[in-house]
Amino acid sequence: MGRFVDQFINPVIWARYWDEMLGAIGLTVQLTLLVLLTGLLLGLVLGLIRVAVPPLFRIPIVIFADVFRAIPPLVILVVNYFALPFAGIRLSGFDCAWLGLCLVLAAFTEEIIYGGLRAVGKGQWEAARSTGLGSVTTLMLIVFPQALRMTVAPLTNRTIAIAKNTALGSVIAVPEILNIAMSALSNSANSTPLTMAALFYIVLFAPLIVFSRWIEHRFPQRG
Amino acid sequence: MPIVYKPEYTMAALLKLDNVSKTFGDREVLHGVSLEVAPKEVVFLVGPSGSGKSTLLRFCNLLEHPSSGAVLFEGADILKQKNVNALRQSVGMVFQSFNLYPHMTALWNVAIALRLVQRKSAREAREIAHHFLAEVGLAHRGSAYPAELSGGQQQRVAIARALALKPKLMLFDEPTSALDPELVGSVLDVIRKMRHEGMTMLIVSHEMQFAREAADKVVFLDQGRVVEAGAPAALFGNPQQQRTIEFLSRFSLAGSHG
Repeated sequence: MGRFVDQFINPVIWARYWDEMLGAIGLTVQLTLLVLLTGLLLGLVLGLIRVAVPPLFRIPIVIFADVFRAIPPLVILVVNYFALPFAGIRLSGFDCAWLGLCLVLAAFTEEIIYGGLRAVGKGQWEAARSTGLGSVTTLMLIVFPQALRMTVAPLTNRTIAIAKNTALGSVIAVPEILNIAMSALSNSANSTPLTMAALFYIVLFAPLIVFSRWIEHRFPQRG
Repeated sequence: MPIVYKPEYTMAALLKLDNVSKTFGDREVLHGVSLEVAPKEVVFLVGPSGSGKSTLLRFCNLLEHPSSGAVLFEGADILKQKNVNALRQSVGMVFQSFNLYPHMTALWNVAIALRLVQRKSAREAREIAHHFLAEVGLAHRGSAYPAELSGGQQQRVAIARALALKPKLMLFDEPTSALDPELVGSVLDVIRKMRHEGMTMLIVSHEMQFAREAADKVVFLDQGRVVEAGAPAALFGNPQQQRTIEFLSRFSLAGSHG
């Protein structure tokens, strides 16, 4: 028992890395919020555009969504960080992680939103158009709110799944929670920083999980 | 062979469908149909399912475009009209499945087009919406969401939604087909009232009793052609075509009293 405490919840180690780990939390929160904000917004806009434009113009959006849903996020981050410089594009680790995860979240969001928009009955369009409402007004005020109700539960789940991928930033030198914990682990030859990281992730994401449970209850998927 | 119905009217028509056809892929569902609706006239379109009644109706507010022929509303060809939304405010439509907006109250279902299309103030839009909900007997249900209303109530909200824009012509696409039998009456009462107030209406319906009672003219459509048309007493009481007789016999109505 003593060895376990010494290795995993060592108070000396805990105190030594506390400040550094707190800094990492701040950065992780910042990265997560940026990814959520930009990824969801981009995906939303792409989903709406895909419904509004003629079939031919949907192709680029479909390709984008399929590509970024197919590639593992880790590969995207690594490509951003190690390959883009050869194309003359040099981004910080933070920007690489943000850009990569934003695009992945956007791709999934686009698919979910598009699916929701398509699931709203044709009759809603016809009723709105028959009263003289334009197609954009109909999309935004009649169809989109109904689609959002249907998609908010899967969207929340997908968002959480992708938000956790900020931990992948650790491999491209983003000083987020896991990255700091890993270097603390090497420097101290002690696992306590990993315990701290695990606890921090729980503190960060538990509220989101609770929120998603509430969302699922409040907006059942059948709309 | 069925005769092709040639309308002969002296009154200036509000709506005139002239030799309209519709092809879906390689299947022609309407073959050169002509039809006129005079102001204040109530015309029923009856016929077996798949006869093209709904498609014909949907030409009149351009939810569907005919493959050939002309659709004249107040003498102007609506197929050449640029502003479709202006036309759609003059032509109200009521659907079989109501199609109310589920995320809006009954009042806002009626008010939204007043607000956004006719640019009324929020207060005025609400007042007008309330007035028309009262007209269909739902003055007290304005704050209810569609899911909280019965089918009959939902359909009456849908009628109020169309009426609030003060249309010159109302289209009904099987307005009672999705309703439980005991709820049909309330919707028919509203249509009766509209007829009494002089609304011009084109109604696709399977309610033969109601057609017999409320129609000025009944048009029987089968396989994309007008088989027979005329006053309800003549068409129901003394149908001339074999197909009409067969169709009406299914409703055990031919020759009986409405």
